[in-house]
Amino acid sequence: MSNPPRPKPRLDQENTPFWTGGAEGKLNIIKCGDCGQYTHPPKVLCRHCQSENIAPEAVAGTGVVDTFTINYQPWAKGLEVPYVIARVALDGVPGVYLTTNIVNCPVDAVDFGDRVCVTFEEQDGIFYPLFEKQKQNQAEGAN
Amino acid sequence: MASKEAYITGIGQSEVGVRLPRHPLLLTLDAVREALDDAGLTLDQIDGVFTFPGKAAGYLAFSPIGADDLIDALGIDAKWHMGAMEQPAQLSAIGMAAMAVKQGLCRHVICFRTVYEAGGMANPEVYMSGMKQDTVSGASQWTSPFWATSAACWVAQYASRHMRDYGLTREQLAQIALNGSRNAMKNPRARAITKEELTLEKYMSARLISTPLCLYDCDRFSDASTVIIVSAGDALDEVKCEPVRIASMSGSVDRFSWDQVDWFAAYETGEDLWKHTDYTKDDVDTGQFYDGFAFLPLTWLEGLGFCEKGEGGKFIEGGTRIALDGELPLNTNGGQLGAGRLHGFGFAHEAVTQLRGLGGERQIPGDPKVAVATSGGGPLAAALLLAKD
Repeated sequence: MSNPPRPKPRLDQENTPFWTGGAEGKLNIIKCGDCGQYTHPPKVLCRHCQSENIAPEAVAGTGVVDTFTINYQPWAKGLEVPYVIARVALDGVPGVYLTTNIVNCPVDAVDFGDRVCVTFEEQDGIFYPLFEKQKQNQAEGAN
Repeated sequence: MASKEAYITGIGQSEVGVRLPRHPLLLTLDAVREALDDAGLTLDQIDGVFTFPGKAAGYLAFSPIGADDLIDALGIDAKWHMGAMEQPAQLSAIGMAAMAVKQGLCRHVICFRTVYEAGGMANPEVYMSGMKQDTVSGASQWTSPFWATSAACWVAQYASRHMRDYGLTREQLAQIALNGSRNAMKNPRARAITKEELTLEKYMSARLISTPLCLYDCDRFSDASTVIIVSAGDALDEVKCEPVRIASMSGSVDRFSWDQVDWFAAYETGEDLWKHTDYTKDDVDTGQFYDGFAFLPLTWLEGLGFCEKGEGGKFIEGGTRIALDGELPLNTNGGQLGAGRLHGFGFAHEAVTQLRGLGGERQIPGDPKVAVATSGGGPLAAALLLAKD
């Protein structure tokens, strides 16, 4: 049994760096060249100061599980359950959260405050930023 | 001529069912007729039509009838109309109607919400034609790719956080569904939705949807139409009913997002409801709070100040406080969990029913004078303060 393909984002001027950055291993978040703050979801301007001087910046790709749910309902035919949906607070990107999946571990191994790092899953040209738990030595390295 | 106040003068509702054979336009007509009879008005006195979210092309099951449809089908001479999703939430269509009558644009306005989500699933070619798309865009691109497909998944994460940060338990959360079920058993229009009373045991052993939400924490697709007639304060001599004043309303949001915020818009909207009135939370006799998911009434209880942030679980613990004879009877018709996914309008309908003392078996004791009706979750939030004064 295999999962159905993930819903595919339609690429546009604003979201392309986010959804394709994984090709180079980059988790791209829009950063303002004037005020230095981040805008997510990505826009053609800075949502803090309206500056158009913005560009995608590759952020650390690590973060913390802010909150999560174990999802049991198959929302599509053939979707394997359960799986973890989490809101990850990204390191170095204050105020930005990503809704994502925590993968490569049992669902009951995920908890609040878990340190996680990005792992990209490629499908049809889109690089989905999923997260996995940091291994102990990685976590220590981050501290 | 501008009017100082706006009143709800008529309420109506079609049969509420699951896969009703009756066409949604006819369900809407049923609700319109009942509301007109209730208000003592005739169709030629209606001069405005307001709805949420307007006709949903491609997903007619969600909203099969728009303001345009009703104006044309019933021959309404409308001086203003609106059907829009981009407003605070479902009940803000009633708020907009109140603004229209206060402005003097309209005298008697039909506000309606028709849903055909159960019947529509049985006929997807017609009612869900646009659901299969090659790509996702807009807000859903930030959730759907991770199979966080339903609002259940988004709400669940905030409910989880409430458990972690404030100690909310599943036994506490269960009280929303248990209370809804208990009240729905006393609501003749909920017969198709709630057939037997839910027990805590059944709740605790139910299938999980998205933790901590289980099956009974999610409302059920229904087919129905609900109509609320809003009239100008200076047109009350034209109605034959007990009018209920729209004493305040609010619909505030400061970040339109389901996942970038720490608190749902219910908190800001709840706080702001009290800024336009002399009434306080202590005057409220009953709350009709949106329960598309069982966690949402907790956000309204906390947002409106009935308890502190994070204390919603303790507030509803045991269920006695929110029962029909409790200090704040909640969702007295069963809410959406017990009486069907009427999508917001059911809360205004029930608030008026209770204030008029017409709740029958589910009527709350005493002489209720003030009610709060709310709708929405996440960035959607609208609240109405309704008063018999």
